[in-house]
Amino acid sequence: MSLLEISNLSKRFGGVVAVDSCSLSVADRSITGLIGPNGSGKTTVFNLVTGFIPRDAGEVRFKSRSIGGLGPDRIYGLGIGRTFQLARIFPRLTALENMLVPVRRAGFRAMLSHGQWRHERDRAMEMLDFVEIAHVAGTVGGALSYGQRKLLELAAVMMAAPELVLLDEPAGGVNPALLEKIADHIRKLNQQGVTFLLVEHNMSFVMNLCHEVVVLHQGKAIASGKPKAVRENPAVLDAYLGA
Amino acid sequence: MAALLELRGVTAGYGGGDILHELDLTVEDGAITCIVGPNGAGKSTVLRVVSGLLRPRLGTIQFRDASIAGLSPRAILQRGIVQVPQERSLFPTMTVWENVRMGAYTVRDGGLIERRLQQVCETFPIVRDRRFEPAASLSGGQQKIVEFARALMLDPALVILDEPSMGLDPKTRTTVFDTIRAMNQAGRTILLVEQNARSGLGLASHGVVMESGRIRLEGPGPAVLNNPEIGRLYLGATA
Repeated sequence: MSLLEISNLSKRFGGVVAVDSCSLSVADRSITGLIGPNGSGKTTVFNLVTGFIPRDAGEVRFKSRSIGGLGPDRIYGLGIGRTFQLARIFPRLTALENMLVPVRRAGFRAMLSHGQWRHERDRAMEMLDFVEIAHVAGTVGGALSYGQRKLLELAAVMMAAPELVLLDEPAGGVNPALLEKIADHIRKLNQQGVTFLLVEHNMSFVMNLCHEVVVLHQGKAIASGKPKAVRENPAVLDAYLGA
Repeated sequence: MAALLELRGVTAGYGGGDILHELDLTVEDGAITCIVGPNGAGKSTVLRVVSGLLRPRLGTIQFRDASIAGLSPRAILQRGIVQVPQERSLFPTMTVWENVRMGAYTVRDGGLIERRLQQVCETFPIVRDRRFEPAASLSGGQQKIVEFARALMLDPALVILDEPSMGLDPKTRTTVFDTIRAMNQAGRTILLVEQNARSGLGLASHGVVMESGRIRLEGPGPAVLNNPEIGRLYLGATA
């Protein structure tokens, strides 16, 4: 069963067709990779699914419900979280405060209960510890390094307990050893029922982690399937991977 | 080879404590020096103290035997050090050509600017092919190449690159690394930070591993890449 279903989705910016009647689906409880050359429309698909930009045509369904015309806050509330290619965090809040923003979004009632709040705080510290930035929990976001911001954003999106998480280049700017741990953590969250759709150029990361891979080229899905089959597909080799 | 750039005992931070602790680093003239290390190790901070975006609290920085520590970024640019930042830095609504010309902002000689523009167009044909298009219409990899072109407008002796491969697809990444090698062969000294350690150290004549604001290990790029301890700690098994 697919959790997310995109059909004939299109988006044009001036004369550029960024997403061209694109159709793809993300199976429930899968880790699906979205790969393709720079400029093939991957981030635009993310922006359309999460309501950051309006579509020109086509349909997006989440749990069989149409979410095509909804705004980003509504879509977030329905259980779709995302990260950005260039991490977006609150620069004047500390790392720990950044972690607690999604919790506030999850409900004021939770905040009012002191025990619950402490629980969320502990959970936030655990997540920070996991991505190896617990030592900067009290540092404001603006003073973190680029890689640390990416890790903070990844940790923070999980605080809202989304059902579907869209990750835009989780490996970009993250050191390789930590990347393996992040892959393990994504696997663990996936086993707990979280579905992932991720854009990534690090092929070993994608091939080791993803159950399914979809390849975008010039705004269209040109191939999809198991990582191994996609990697050997001549059209993919030509458009994306190179010789 | 002689040292083009020498950092001695450099200590620097952003107000919330020091990030770099008495760091010593030598960049040889004509070399490709690549710094790798965990997130938050201080790699980008090293680049910032060299390009003048951050003033070191202690220590000396020598470039061609003159001290540059504490100089403004503009003065450092004029001495021949240019940095290409980590995040996308082109002016999105300006054309490719306008962006590249901005690289020569400190140059007064119009004829010189035109000659250099012709040179970078030869090196990077995309600059000529897409010259009238707004930078935002280029893909991520194309934008990175235009950033390189802009950096070369000052005819720098030292080019600093902060994670040049970030966000680039595999084919484009190969092109970008080939471009870095070509810039080096054309006589530029390169200092880069790269998380894609295998590509970065594979390219580098000198590899540097940083941890917690200090240099943990350094040596020829391939030797650092093949150091088993470093492999286990920083590179991961599948990177």
